Amino acid sequence: MVRFENVGLRYGLGPEILRDLSFMIPAHSFQFLTGPSGAGKTSLLRLLFLSLRPTRGLVNLFGHDISLLNKDQIADLRKRIGIVLQDFRLLDHMTTYENVALPFRVMGRDESSYRREVIDLLKWVGLGERMDALPPILSGGEKQRAAIARAVISRPQLLLADEPTGSVDPTLGRRLLRLFIELNKSGTAVIIATHDITLMDQYEARRLVLHQGRLHIYE
Amino acid sequence: MNRSGDEQVSLVDLGRERPQLPAMARNMSPIVPRASISGRALVAVVAIMTFLASMTTGTVLLVSASAAEWQSEVSSEITIQVRPSPGRDLDRDSQAAADAMRAQPGILEVRPFSKEESGKLLEPWLGSGLSIDDLPVPRVIVARLQPGTTLDLAGLRARVTQAAPTASVDDHRAWIERMRSMTGATVFAGVGILILVIIATIISVSFATRGAMAANRPIVEVLHFVGAGDSYIANRFLRHFLRLGLEGGLIGGGAAMLMFGFSESIANWFAGTPVGDQFAALLGTFSLRPSGYLALAAQAVLIAAITAWASRRTLFATLDDIE
Repeated sequence: MVRFENVGLRYGLGPEILRDLSFMIPAHSFQFLTGPSGAGKTSLLRLLFLSLRPTRGLVNLFGHDISLLNKDQIADLRKRIGIVLQDFRLLDHMTTYENVALPFRVMGRDESSYRREVIDLLKWVGLGERMDALPPILSGGEKQRAAIARAVISRPQLLLADEPTGSVDPTLGRRLLRLFIELNKSGTAVIIATHDITLMDQYEARRLVLHQGRLHIYE
Repeated sequence: MNRSGDEQVSLVDLGRERPQLPAMARNMSPIVPRASISGRALVAVVAIMTFLASMTTGTVLLVSASAAEWQSEVSSEITIQVRPSPGRDLDRDSQAAADAMRAQPGILEVRPFSKEESGKLLEPWLGSGLSIDDLPVPRVIVARLQPGTTLDLAGLRARVTQAAPTASVDDHRAWIERMRSMTGATVFAGVGILILVIIATIISVSFATRGAMAANRPIVEVLHFVGAGDSYIANRFLRHFLRLGLEGGLIGGGAAMLMFGFSESIANWFAGTPVGDQFAALLGTFSLRPSGYLALAAQAVLIAAITAWASRRTLFATLDDIE
């Protein structure tokens, strides 16, 4: 599903922050991406989400060499990827329901075709009572759950999550992890970037450890 | 939980948590909020530009119509001037020239001005009460042509000068040429102003679009995250700009049309005054024909379309910079 070969990344003329990354993310797999702060976890996630281009090496996503893709083709590939960012990126003028339903709306689907699914998911992540609330009045944890719900609602083939349990209590963290595991069982490859050892210890999965710009894989 | 299965299958199983009541359809918020685009300033700019463009076009149409009217009036007349000359009888020469004109086919009416009438033509310059017996005042003969007649002017000149050697024939061609030049210059200036107005509109709209895109950059980024292509995003913005352009075009074009609609009444108030007469001489009755109003309406729609086009171009250029 994802193949990196000797990938390097630098910002501008700065030092190379990711070096010689070569790995594969198989379909239906589950992995944690971890490493110290500043190791390049977010940059690697952005490479996987195609919002950054590598400065060298080959990135192959869903069978496509991304260096050969135009903007429209990249947009089409992104529809198969869900992403949860640390700063949530919810749209403040839309309700929680509308934010979560946004991927379906962009696909051009009729609201009646996804309404039930969105409401069910919002209830699952504990936002059933906050469906009509606007993001500015949501707590940090609620925003994070809304962002996760938006990323998983369209059942992407690849889910990328950057510290997805950073703003929630341990109980809700376990519940969210269960959601990711369920999603993975339904066929989605999941990559969770986290510092949280407790979270990683709750589920036996492959670990990708970034250290000094290089990737070490623990199966 | 099977991706390839039924779309209605829920991602999560709520069990007893599942709501028992059917979910109601929702009024979805616009993806790009209307309030996030500073529309008032843009509507004002487009309205002013449309108003200026409409006034220019309307004035050009009025001048062109008046000039065409003058030209048709002037070109349907020929003036013969018989100058006094020692040893010649001016009355007899005038009569001979008038007779030569009458014999010419295509002439509807020939009207020789008498000595008194010719003297009256000079009153504005020489004053009244002056005896013109001692002055060498030429006689004027005005001939009215049948509409659509093409005269052999050289032949006519030859016949008239044969009858009266001091006569000269003027078909006002030089005057008509000057009129044509003036009308052409007016239309040229009008088109120049229109081009400037359109360029100013495009620049204003491009700035407004860039501003709106900058203000909505977070929305654009999120739309990219959820897989929206540039066309999808651009169309969300384009609707707003098309609406703003139409609003501005309607206000500016409507105001100009009202202006021309009332101008006839205003011209009537000033009728008889020196100012009113001067304007009437230049611009005729001030009334725009129905085709003129149609032209103004088409122009307002054109400016709205230019607003949308300029916005679309800027949108795609800006989207290239936002990842």
